Amino acid sequence: MSTQQMTGAEMVVQALIDQGVEHLFGYPGGAVLPIYDALFQQEKIKHILVRHEQGAVHAAEGYARSTGKVGCVLVTSGPGATNAVTGLTDALMDSIPVVCITGQVPTHLIGSDAFQEADTIGITRHCTKHNYLVKRIEDLPRILHEAFLIASTGRPGPVVIDIPKDIQFKAGNYFKPTENIHKTYRPRIEGDQDKVRQALALLVSAKKPVIYSGGGVINSGPRATALLREFAKLTGFPVTSTLMGLGAFPAADPQWLGMLGMHGTYEANWAMHDCDVMINIGARFDDRITGRIDAFAPNSRKIHIDIDPSSINKNVKAEVGIVGDCAHVLDQLLTGWREMKPQVDKAAHKAWWGEIEGWRQRKSLAFRNSNELIKPQYAIQRLYELTKDRDVYITTEVGQHQMWAAQHFHFQEPNRWMTSGGLGTMGYGLPAAIGAQLAHPKSLVIDIAGEASILMNMQEMSTAVQYRLPVKIFILNNEYMGMVRQWQELLHGGRYSESYSAALPDFVKLAEAYGGVGIRCSKPGDLDAAIKEMIDTPRPVIFDCVVDKTENCFPMIPSGKAHNEMILGDAAEDIGNIIDARGKQLV
Amino acid sequence: MTGSAYFMAATATAQETHTLVIEVDNEPGVLARVVGLFSGRGYNIESLTVSETQHAEHVSRITVVTTGTRNIIDQIKAQLERLVPVHKVVDLTETGRALERELMLIKVRGKGDERVEALRLADAFRARVVDATIESFVFELTGKGEKLDQFIELMRPIGLVEVSRTGIAAIARGPDVL
Repeated sequence: MSTQQMTGAEMVVQALIDQGVEHLFGYPGGAVLPIYDALFQQEKIKHILVRHEQGAVHAAEGYARSTGKVGCVLVTSGPGATNAVTGLTDALMDSIPVVCITGQVPTHLIGSDAFQEADTIGITRHCTKHNYLVKRIEDLPRILHEAFLIASTGRPGPVVIDIPKDIQFKAGNYFKPTENIHKTYRPRIEGDQDKVRQALALLVSAKKPVIYSGGGVINSGPRATALLREFAKLTGFPVTSTLMGLGAFPAADPQWLGMLGMHGTYEANWAMHDCDVMINIGARFDDRITGRIDAFAPNSRKIHIDIDPSSINKNVKAEVGIVGDCAHVLDQLLTGWREMKPQVDKAAHKAWWGEIEGWRQRKSLAFRNSNELIKPQYAIQRLYELTKDRDVYITTEVGQHQMWAAQHFHFQEPNRWMTSGGLGTMGYGLPAAIGAQLAHPKSLVIDIAGEASILMNMQEMSTAVQYRLPVKIFILNNEYMGMVRQWQELLHGGRYSESYSAALPDFVKLAEAYGGVGIRCSKPGDLDAAIKEMIDTPRPVIFDCVVDKTENCFPMIPSGKAHNEMILGDAAEDIGNIIDARGKQLV
Repeated sequence: MTGSAYFMAATATAQETHTLVIEVDNEPGVLARVVGLFSGRGYNIESLTVSETQHAEHVSRITVVTTGTRNIIDQIKAQLERLVPVHKVVDLTETGRALERELMLIKVRGKGDERVEALRLADAFRARVVDATIESFVFELTGKGEKLDQFIELMRPIGLVEVSRTGIAAIARGPDVL
């Protein structure tokens, strides 16, 4: 192992280069100046100056999710680190690999309430997969490389490295460890072969099977996606997916049921409820998916594949829990299935598909269109139709628009859809789009937004303009925090407490003020031309799509209800009575 | 089962008490990680003992006594194993045949017959006198938690002043390593 004498700050830059990092999202400050100085004197890593540290982390997430690489962040101590906390928590909840380097006050000042001091390690302990405070220069090279290993392997997640300023100045020996980087950290990759056999036995015997896939398939990489498709083809089983897993299975495929869960399709949720064997591949039985847990898929036997042992039996008991990487376990299942050449109950499968077809006929995503007002669903449909033949990446903010995007924008490939699923972070979409656009400069990157969410990280428009990133912000503007308004309508007697977006900026002028392009559209007849104009504009665009203010997002599983109690848009009038007192206490 | 906002019904699942041994890298903040996991996820800690047990390797042994339903206990173990500095987690209640001991220092104040009674009881419990004045004793007592509890109750009417307990140290019987 060759070593090289350099300062801590130079080690940071060298380690990033050795890890193949090309882009670093950050914001300078007193406690990271030595690292910024080292960055200034090199040309391999391009630093992207964001306008708020939360934006840096979301941009790194968008970069990571659209490439499969680790997203990197550099922020200063104190407020730099605390501003990054929401982004780190978001990355933890959605299992996104991020390495975030934070500056810290010099070691002799730690604990003295120094200027811009915060207990970054204490604060981020609960919102990172792991974190480090580097107190000795000798530890820095190992920690830098270990952080990348931990962020990107096993269940991915954010890792923070807190580096005091004196350590950045100190000289030491830099080296790149090659093997046994960590003493004991060894995520399990292969599935237990006995469990795989048990799973196969269940799958073969299934009369009403369903594949429920999640973000883990996408995190596992393109091979997992290919194997999922192969597995679905080989078995002929219907496939549904979580919000995080969209794109792993092509939406155009006849075996695709659409997304499941709170705003999932009728056919996906009924198939989950009525199935007899469920195979969960890389999803975590989140409460948005299960609805009422004691009535979740009541007659099913469940197989759960997850790389994180703590996910198995956490919310839902699985008959067969297989700890391992999705791609490896899918490979094991495929091999096993081919060796068995099983005789499945074809008649039962045919009847099952017949039932599914019946549910499909309910056309749960249908909505009443209008000639006067742009319906938000219609806007997403048009956006999809006009961009589907392009190389397109979609990010979203959080709320109704996010669910409409998930329902009406259809994904055929993984890594094309970036949304804040677990934490539900308003303000995620624009910085994530910036990260995705940097990674894919020639592609069309669209942030489907709401007018309330977009204002949470609006400042990043400056970043987009500075780096000539032609991201498109497609705002479904209904002048309300739409999902809050929907819940208030359905659960709180229409008392719209603080959910109206008063004093909104003029988004067209705002775009121009930032140096971008603003487009407004409020008539369905003008929509296609306006969307085309947006696509053809080679600069950042804010598209203010003025939509129906009162549209609600359906279908919906009301709080505290089971999958088979979901309601469709045409039943919406009675919804206030459908949710009982207990349901009203839930989120 | 918990963990979901949608699971409202309080289930009357039996609570179990388990003794977990957690081997960790003795690095700064490792105890905060373990303890923070318990508080952050709403688990209980009934007893906690920590010390470096392998100095050369900087490995510490944390012994935690915790309570919860079967599912919660399984979840606690899985969550602990997720922490990067954790080498292994062993449930000594599961493996059975484990020895559990706790050390206590207990101060008792009294004069005359009370002193005689305190000494007599201490002798019965095999507690050692480690400090004495004309009006007080400090006893050292080792044993299972219940035995220490019992001794405290007996000392209370005599003149219990103060108790210091170490928390439980545990080890499996037999020749095998953890």
